[in-house]
Amino acid sequence: MKILVPVKRVIDYNVKPRVKADGTGVDLANVKMSMNPFDEIAVEEAIRIKEAGKAEEIIAVSVGPAKAQETLRTALAMGADRAILVETDEEVEPLAVAKILKAIADEEQPGLVLLGKQSISDDSNQTGQMLAALMNRPQGTFANTVEVDGDAVIVKREVDGGLETVKLTMPAIVTTDLRLNEPRYASLPNIMKAKKKPLDAKTPADFGVDITPRLTTTNVAEPPVRQAGEKVEDVAALVAKIKELGIA
Amino acid sequence: MNTLVLVEHDNASVNDATLAVVTAAAKLGEVTALVAGSNCGGAADAAAKIAGVSKVLKADDAAYGEGLAENVAPLVAGIMADYDALLAPATTSGKNIAPRVAAMLDVMQISDILSVEGPKTFTRPIYAGNAIATVESSDAKLVITVRGTAFEKAATEGGSASVEDASGAGDAGISSFVSREVAKSERPELTSAKVIVSGGRALKDGETFESIINPLADKLGAAIGASRAAVDAGYVPNDYQVGQTGKIVAPEVYIAIGISGAIQHLAGMKDSKVIIAINKDEDAPIFQVADIGLVADLFNAVPEMTGAL
Repeated sequence: MKILVPVKRVIDYNVKPRVKADGTGVDLANVKMSMNPFDEIAVEEAIRIKEAGKAEEIIAVSVGPAKAQETLRTALAMGADRAILVETDEEVEPLAVAKILKAIADEEQPGLVLLGKQSISDDSNQTGQMLAALMNRPQGTFANTVEVDGDAVIVKREVDGGLETVKLTMPAIVTTDLRLNEPRYASLPNIMKAKKKPLDAKTPADFGVDITPRLTTTNVAEPPVRQAGEKVEDVAALVAKIKELGIA
Repeated sequence: MNTLVLVEHDNASVNDATLAVVTAAAKLGEVTALVAGSNCGGAADAAAKIAGVSKVLKADDAAYGEGLAENVAPLVAGIMADYDALLAPATTSGKNIAPRVAAMLDVMQISDILSVEGPKTFTRPIYAGNAIATVESSDAKLVITVRGTAFEKAATEGGSASVEDASGAGDAGISSFVSREVAKSERPELTSAKVIVSGGRALKDGETFESIINPLADKLGAAIGASRAAVDAGYVPNDYQVGQTGKIVAPEVYIAIGISGAIQHLAGMKDSKVIIAINKDEDAPIFQVADIGLVADLFNAVPEMTGAL
C-alpha cells in the first residue's frame, strides 16, 4: 500500500506572529518558516507504518509556493520516498487543497492519507475531513493511535471527554493529533540523500482545480490586549482578593 | 435566512456548547435544531424548549447513535437543501462533521467564529489567537463552527418548537464505532465551568498534581485544567488540556498554577474574565495577562491558600 502525506509550510510555531499595520494580514516577510507540527507527526506515523512492513511507499505532497520544496525535502529526509509540489503563489483554501489532494489520490490510489489535524496558521481544521468527503471515504480525525489491520485501520481518537476508537475500511483518511507520536529528526546523511529523491512539480491547473478563494479576508487585527494587573505580596493578600471575587 | 443548528447531545439532554450556537444562529435568522442520534427523543424534546428554536428535526436511527461523520454528514447535507446556513459547535464532534458537510455542499467552512458581523461576515481567530480575521463568504450556503465561549448561552426554557422526524441514508457502511473511554470526573465540565484551577509542568508528577491542585479545586468547586506540558508529561489525561490544540475556555476565574504562559496555552484561556497566576518566575509571560499575580513557590503557596479559603 501507498501512504499519501500532505504537508504545509507555515510560520514556525515558536515565532510570535505580528499583524501588519494596514490590516491586510500577518507579516511573513523574513520570518522563520517550518513544517506544520501536526504534519511532522503525520510523516512520522507514515514512516512507522512502513517500517512495520505495512506500507511500501510514502508520497509527501505540498500545495504552496516554490519554497514549500524545503518542507518536502524535510519530509524526504525524515523517510518519505518521493514528493509532489503543487506550486502556486496564491493562498489556497482547505476546500481547494482537498480537491487537489483528491486528484492526486485518484492517480496514486493510496490506502491511507495521513494529514495533520490543523495548520497552525489558519487554524481551520478542515482539509482532512473535506478530502474524506470528496473521496467518499471514512475519516479518523484527531488520531491518538493508528493501527493498520488487514484492509481496515483502527483509529483511537482524542475527543471531548476522553478517547474513542473507530474502525475504518481502507482507503481511509486519518488526521493526527499531538500525542500520536514524537517525530524523528532528519540526520545529516539523510538530508543529503533526500536531495536526490524525486520531486515532481505540478500546478493546480494540472489537476483542473479552480483555486479561487470562496472567503475574502477583509481585515486582520490584533486581538484585544489584556492589561497586566497587579501583583500581590503574599498568600493572605491573594486569598483576600479571591474572596472579593465572590468565588469562595 | 433559514439556519440549521447541529445539536450536540447525549440522547437525553443538549450540551452547553449547542446553546451558544443557537444564539449565534439566531443572529442570522430562524433557527431549526437537528438532533441526530439513536433513541434521542429526550434530546429532541430538550432542544424544543430552547428559547429561540422554532423547529426541531429528529433523525432517530441506530446509524447516527455514535455520531460517525460518515453517516451523519450525508444526513445533514441532504437536509441543507432547505437551509441557507449550518452552524455547529466547534467541539471535537462539530469539527469532525461540519467540514465533511461543507465539502459535500461544495462550500468553504468558516471555523470557530467569535462574532457575527453581517449576514455573510464573521470574525475568527488565526495563528493561535494572535490575530483576529474578519472574513466574508461568497458561497451560496454557509457552513460555520461556533466558539462556544464567544456567545451567550440560549435559555434552556421558554421555547415551544414542534418536533418533526427527519431521515437520511443511514449507515454508509465504511466505518464503525468500536469503543469509548470516558475520563470520569465528578467536577464541573471544563468548557462550561465558572472557575478553573489549572496546573503546569512545575507540578512535578501526577501524584503531586493531585495533592496540590485537587484540594484547591474542591474548595472552589472548580474544574481542573492543565497545560500541554503537564499532559505530555502524563500528570493528567489529555482532555484536561487547555490551549490551541486542547480546549478553549473562558471561565469567570482562571487560576494558573506553575504555568509559564506559552502562546499555545494563552490561546485557550485568555478570554477568561479574571486570570490569577501563581508562579515563582516573576518574568513568566503569564503575568502579562494575569489580573492578579503572586510570585511564590507553589508548593508552599497553594496549600496555604487552600487552608485559608
